[in-house]
Amino acid sequence: MLDVRNLCRPGLFPVSLQLEAGECLALRGPSGAGKTLLLRAIADLDPSEGEVFWQGRDRNDLSGPDWRALVGYLPAEPGWWAETVGEHFLNWQGLEPILSRLGLPIEAKSWPMTRPSTGERLRLALIRALERQPKVLLLDEPTAALDAKSVAVVEALVAEKQAEGLAVLWVSHDEGQGGRVASRTLRIESGRAWAEEA
Amino acid sequence: MDGAAAYIPLTWWDLALGSLLVVANAGLSLALDLGLHKRLAISSLRMLVQLFLMGLVLTTLFKLLSPGLTALAVLVMVGFAGREVSARQDRRLKGLWSYGLGTASMMLAALLVTVLALTTALKPDPWYDPRYALPLLGMILGNTMTGVSLGLNSLTTGLYQRRAAVEARLMLGDDRHSAFSPVVKQALRNALMPIINVMSATGVVSIPGMMTGQILGGVPPAQAVKYQIMILFLIAGGVGLGALAAVFGGVHRLSDSRHRLRLDRLLPPKG
Repeated sequence: MLDVRNLCRPGLFPVSLQLEAGECLALRGPSGAGKTLLLRAIADLDPSEGEVFWQGRDRNDLSGPDWRALVGYLPAEPGWWAETVGEHFLNWQGLEPILSRLGLPIEAKSWPMTRPSTGERLRLALIRALERQPKVLLLDEPTAALDAKSVAVVEALVAEKQAEGLAVLWVSHDEGQGGRVASRTLRIESGRAWAEEA
Repeated sequence: MDGAAAYIPLTWWDLALGSLLVVANAGLSLALDLGLHKRLAISSLRMLVQLFLMGLVLTTLFKLLSPGLTALAVLVMVGFAGREVSARQDRRLKGLWSYGLGTASMMLAALLVTVLALTTALKPDPWYDPRYALPLLGMILGNTMTGVSLGLNSLTTGLYQRRAAVEARLMLGDDRHSAFSPVVKQALRNALMPIINVMSATGVVSIPGMMTGQILGGVPPAQAVKYQIMILFLIAGGVGLGALAAVFGGVHRLSDSRHRLRLDRLLPPKG
């Protein structure tokens, strides 16, 4: 279980939440409400106060990189550090099933990073995050630039990973999506968070 | 002394004649409305006063041969170089780091290389003889300053501009050294490029200032060349060491023990 207790940082009131393995929690709220700040704080990308545990273990007992290997984070605008697509993955060949499922050709390995569209980049970033096999995945509008068909594929894929035990925190502006993918919803407004009744 | 015979002293009239060229530049600026005449006048006057003061200071220091006063002169030189490095940054580190990191890196690199040259190659007696120590340090420091400011500036702007790419690796569980490495490599390359270019062009395109000075001062060209080669090696060593210290110090400051990218420790750009 991911246990977040009184997590706060500038722009964010203390937030507490629990997320069981295999569960998906939707995070909703207007732009600028602090959703991204919360995800970044959970992934330990910015200094924050409060406590975060995974399976009873304090994240401060792990190194930053070890914690982030456990708690994957997919930002709304993923970054790319190398020239070609393939260089961002550990083992491109092994990803063939998931690539074809998300509508990406195996030849995309040698594409220059200028070639993939915004939607293709989002899907590539999702695959990149899943390849590291995190236990928790923080998703910041992962389907914002996708067409309806791709959205359904991504939702199904994440649901499968959940069945294997992945815990998911999913930020979405789409009310319908929140209802489809998550069992509970957390609402964030002006840096405050509270549970929303289903 | 045979060297003294070839040395032609300059008179005040010679300098006045040379200054006519700057006056001509100022006239050009007025005629073409470049608005540079005031700055030309001020910078020429500054150069004049600074160099005369330096002449006085050096004359006194050479006569006194005092280790304490020589050390003081070294501190002043490094201090000014540190201010210059800090002023050349687009995005400066917050607090004392902006001044401190550049100054400490240059102090380390320039002093180490200068002392090495004084105690192994030149061996004046005493080894800190300001007649050798100060000009040597000045030349090494001037170039190290360029390397350090270029390295630091490209580290900070690189991390700022490529923060999404750097953080993408951190998010996947990579440590700061692998996440920062493309930016760090670029910063070190930028820092070393000027001295590499100077070494390739020297002797073909340009005759370095120090060699020119020695030849005008009556030193045989073959000896002047040996000195120049030595100096360029020392400069390359100083630049490399200084840039390495500054860039890795910058990486240390712009990340933390949790391997986060800490751009909040940078000031916004000037202007």
